[in-house]
Amino acid sequence: MTPDDTVPALGRGVKFRFDAVRQAWVLLAPERLFMPDEQAVEILKLVDGVRSLGAIVDDLAGRFNAPRDLVARDVATMLAGLADKGAISL
Amino acid sequence: MSVPEPPMGLLAELTHRCPLQCPYCSNPLELERAAGELDTATWLRVLDEAAELGVLQVHFSGGEPTARRDLPDLVRHAAKRQLYSNLITSGVLLDERLLAALVEAGLDHVQLSFQDVETANAERIGGMVGAQAKKRAAAALIQRAGLPLTLNFVIHRQNVEHLPAMIALGAELGAERIEVAHVQYYGWGLVNRDRLLPGRDQLEAATAEVEAARARFKGRMVIDYVTPDYYAERPKACMGGWGRRFINITPTGKALPCHAAETLPGLNFPSVRDESLAAIWRSSPAFERYRGTGWMAEPCRSCDRREVDWGGCRCQALALTGDAANTDPACALSPHHPTMQAAITAADRSPASDFVYRRIGAAPTVRA
Repeated sequence: MTPDDTVPALGRGVKFRFDAVRQAWVLLAPERLFMPDEQAVEILKLVDGVRSLGAIVDDLAGRFNAPRDLVARDVATMLAGLADKGAISL
Repeated sequence: MSVPEPPMGLLAELTHRCPLQCPYCSNPLELERAAGELDTATWLRVLDEAAELGVLQVHFSGGEPTARRDLPDLVRHAAKRQLYSNLITSGVLLDERLLAALVEAGLDHVQLSFQDVETANAERIGGMVGAQAKKRAAAALIQRAGLPLTLNFVIHRQNVEHLPAMIALGAELGAERIEVAHVQYYGWGLVNRDRLLPGRDQLEAATAEVEAARARFKGRMVIDYVTPDYYAERPKACMGGWGRRFINITPTGKALPCHAAETLPGLNFPSVRDESLAAIWRSSPAFERYRGTGWMAEPCRSCDRREVDWGGCRCQALALTGDAANTDPACALSPHHPTMQAAITAADRSPASDFVYRRIGAAPTVRA
């Protein structure tokens, strides 16, 4: 499990932006791209290279009124998956 | 006719000019000359149309795209339209001044190719003396500029033994990604197939090496791996499916669903000189021809993988079975699958040199 004080950031060369044609957020990386689902979009919007993992989880748990440990698990799993693909640095 | 989803990527083949002559080049056997290339204004319009159509990433390729003097202008325009820009280069023309101009223009990523790690062999394969030192210098410049870097290694029987050193070079040069791609046997690769196709033992060793390196570099360096169809049981989803994800523009402006599509008979590929990218993508008969599953015959038609691999590669089906609408013979369900086993047997007996190099006018009249 990734510690709470880890500060996730987009990987080098990775961009997260809204695509007006598809009306959807897209994560653009070197020679690959991801179409994150709604939950992943909410997480990625908080990945700014400043906020810690713990702060991201607190924010989401508060805003969506969800159990913190459940949110923590979902966030860690999603970010670890993208880290393995080089899109996020942890 | 339903409206297709917008394409994800645009492959901009800016030129067929290239100082290298790799015998597996993905360019067609009939290479275009400089005089026929699209001008800057047309490329800028194509980039505008691509952004409006929903393209997200532009891959500037060739030939050698840095042979075009307007490359920084094209990159700048792509950035302005929020298109993610990727430069696919051999690096041999990349100097400090050009790289600085590309960085300033907003280039997002560079894919740098190496033909081998061992200099003499690399330069024999690429057909260019002095290339390796230029590539190493280009890699150092890219690293210093802080641009994300992918190293590309095309592997085959005559360099596959050096794969561990190739992966080590990626780590040494600070690449975020390595692409290890077995030669794909279309066009020039098919002409040189007997000299390039690896043995099964070589393929298995390479695959094991990639898997071990992926575990070793997990979270630090991504390793993508493209296998050769000849040992496969099921085909690859070529280009993610015909007319589904990519649009390829040739140096003269022809729009293709894949870079080898011009080998297919009976299709008139539209030109961006005459039509908008949106009109081409949405309604040209050539892009409709093999889109989706409606064109398929058996064994694809009733196969539960028909929307996974989309029938594989049309160009390979044509080259090896004589009919582009057949199932890709990479599929074990294809009655033509044994032709691949026959090619493996033939390759194992042939000598290890005598490439037909990729040059204008070098294409053999009788195809392999």
